[in-house]
Amino acid sequence: MKIKFTFWRVVFVVIMALGLYSTFIRYTRGLGAVSNMTDQFPWGFWIGFDCLCGVMLAAGGFCMVGAVYLFNVKSLHSVVRPAVLTAFLGYLLFIVGLLFDLGRPWFIWHQLIYMNPHSVMFEVGMCVMTYTTVLFFEFLPNVFERFNLQAPIRWIHRIYPVLIVAGILLSTLHQSSLGSLYLIMPSKLHPFWYTPALPFFFFGSAVAVGLAMTIFESTQSAKALGRHLELSVLVQLGGALLVALWVNALLRFEDYYRRDLLRQIVKPSYEAYFLWLELALSFVIPITLLSFKKVRLSPNGLYLVSIISLFGFITNRLNVSVIGLETYMGRHYVPKWTEFSVTLMIVAMGFALFRLAVEYLPIFPKEEGIRTSLAARSPVLSAVAVPEHAGD
Amino acid sequence: MSKAILYDSTICIGCKQCEVACATQNKLPYNDGIAAEERQSEHKYTVVMTKGDKFMRRLCMHCEHPACASACPVGAFHKTKEGPVVYDVWKCIGCRYCMMACAFTQPKYEWGSLNPRVRKCIMCPDRITAGKQTACAEICPTGATKFGDRDDLIKEAQDRIRQNPTTYLNRIYGLNEVGGTCVLILSGVKVEEFGYPASAKIGDTPMPEYTGQVMSKVPDFIPVWSLVLGGIYWISHRRQEVAEAEAEERKKNGGAR
Repeated sequence: MKIKFTFWRVVFVVIMALGLYSTFIRYTRGLGAVSNMTDQFPWGFWIGFDCLCGVMLAAGGFCMVGAVYLFNVKSLHSVVRPAVLTAFLGYLLFIVGLLFDLGRPWFIWHQLIYMNPHSVMFEVGMCVMTYTTVLFFEFLPNVFERFNLQAPIRWIHRIYPVLIVAGILLSTLHQSSLGSLYLIMPSKLHPFWYTPALPFFFFGSAVAVGLAMTIFESTQSAKALGRHLELSVLVQLGGALLVALWVNALLRFEDYYRRDLLRQIVKPSYEAYFLWLELALSFVIPITLLSFKKVRLSPNGLYLVSIISLFGFITNRLNVSVIGLETYMGRHYVPKWTEFSVTLMIVAMGFALFRLAVEYLPIFPKEEGIRTSLAARSPVLSAVAVPEHAGD
Repeated sequence: MSKAILYDSTICIGCKQCEVACATQNKLPYNDGIAAEERQSEHKYTVVMTKGDKFMRRLCMHCEHPACASACPVGAFHKTKEGPVVYDVWKCIGCRYCMMACAFTQPKYEWGSLNPRVRKCIMCPDRITAGKQTACAEICPTGATKFGDRDDLIKEAQDRIRQNPTTYLNRIYGLNEVGGTCVLILSGVKVEEFGYPASAKIGDTPMPEYTGQVMSKVPDFIPVWSLVLGGIYWISHRRQEVAEAEAEERKKNGGAR
């Protein structure tokens, strides 16, 4: 077995090394030493990115399961498995992120015995646990097929309708409850982002992100694995994304109109700059681009649009969790490098696990040949050292 | 009947005896350096702030409807029937949602600890159940911090304002803010100048109601949404079954049509 040192593999090793150093600091010197969180800013980048964005980026799972199994849209069948895999990994890594952020992670199981049903955080916690379990079962057929275990496959197929309904129900609750978390802070969160509609916006944007994420990950892995990409699937997803973006944009506009904020959002201010960035990336640019038929029918165009809108919605979550609170808290919060490095490590682990899963499990429909030869060219996915001839 | 603390900043002389008594009661460190700190922290539950010749005390407000207690996923906070909002450290998982939820940003955190706790004034619950005053009220040499029944203290505060309308602003901070608190403040200057959130900003609605409106719908939402999703599943798959059966039928008829 020989491992080649490509640029991305070196980057991966560096990220992991720095991440492990930060992990060491976190568990030997505490949250204060590893982060810039303070009594004024008790929630930082880990909640804003790892948790809020992590869960949002995992939305592709329930969106595709909903489209294919609930609405029986057969043409999208080829993207369900990678979407479920992304969601499953996303949730696992979200839990890893929680173990860093919680002050007493070893008591995380208290959720199950000291329940407070009035708490949104309780709802969040229960959804994480149950939905991760559902995703595990939705992911299992990959493993069973790999080892050709027919009996368990039949068994899973029998409970599939329950898994599908439970998965979408829990996702609806979970995505929206992350928005509900902020409802208790009407005096703290800036009015640009504080609205009674927060849970609806968090769910609505998760659907758009689910579509964008599916476009992104199937294009990305097709490039990485040298697979042929079905254009019709991408075009279908792109069309759905355009609709989802319009619905989200109109609801946001309606909310600002109803709360009489339209004049304020166009006036320059610290918050307005970040709002403009968010709205431009999540709505204006993607909707404009997708309005051109040429973009809607081009794999590269759709790839680009999906990345832009993903950045837009990530900006949204960070605006809610960091920027929107700065004025009230009377100070700025910028994460420490160790906070970034832990997040980077978790993201890198996500890419690595995804890479390993597609390598060893029947995530993508079978296709002959070219796989291994082209894999080396991938910028991101081949960052992980995968032994050559693996999985053949 | 709920107990409360009335703090009258016009009588306060800034001697910081309450800080000392609080530190002793809660076994917190105290020295000249900590006395000079003009803000609350993990080792300073209450603070007396100075601005010219004016003083102002800050401490947990012990809300009638505490946001921290409603926010905590494991119920580590609860309001006792005597009034204090207390914290059970052994339940806490360290999510810090209480700190985000509190409109008065009272809960503080042990950022340097490997087994960190949330720290805030707990209104000496053991002393209260033993029939005593809080440590800070007992030691106060001028009566600026007074302990008693909430209703009695409200009446007394109203009397003081009536008798000295030039000394006091016509307002008892904590009477209605976020649904009322068990710490009431009388002052000649705006409490907002000392970092208290503006009444207009936090409003009179108890903070738990904002999330409660959503949380109360969850028990109904779960069965309804499951039924809708199950219905969609059934319809879309039924259509497929019917289509397949029809195709079968046509095949059997030898494509007669």
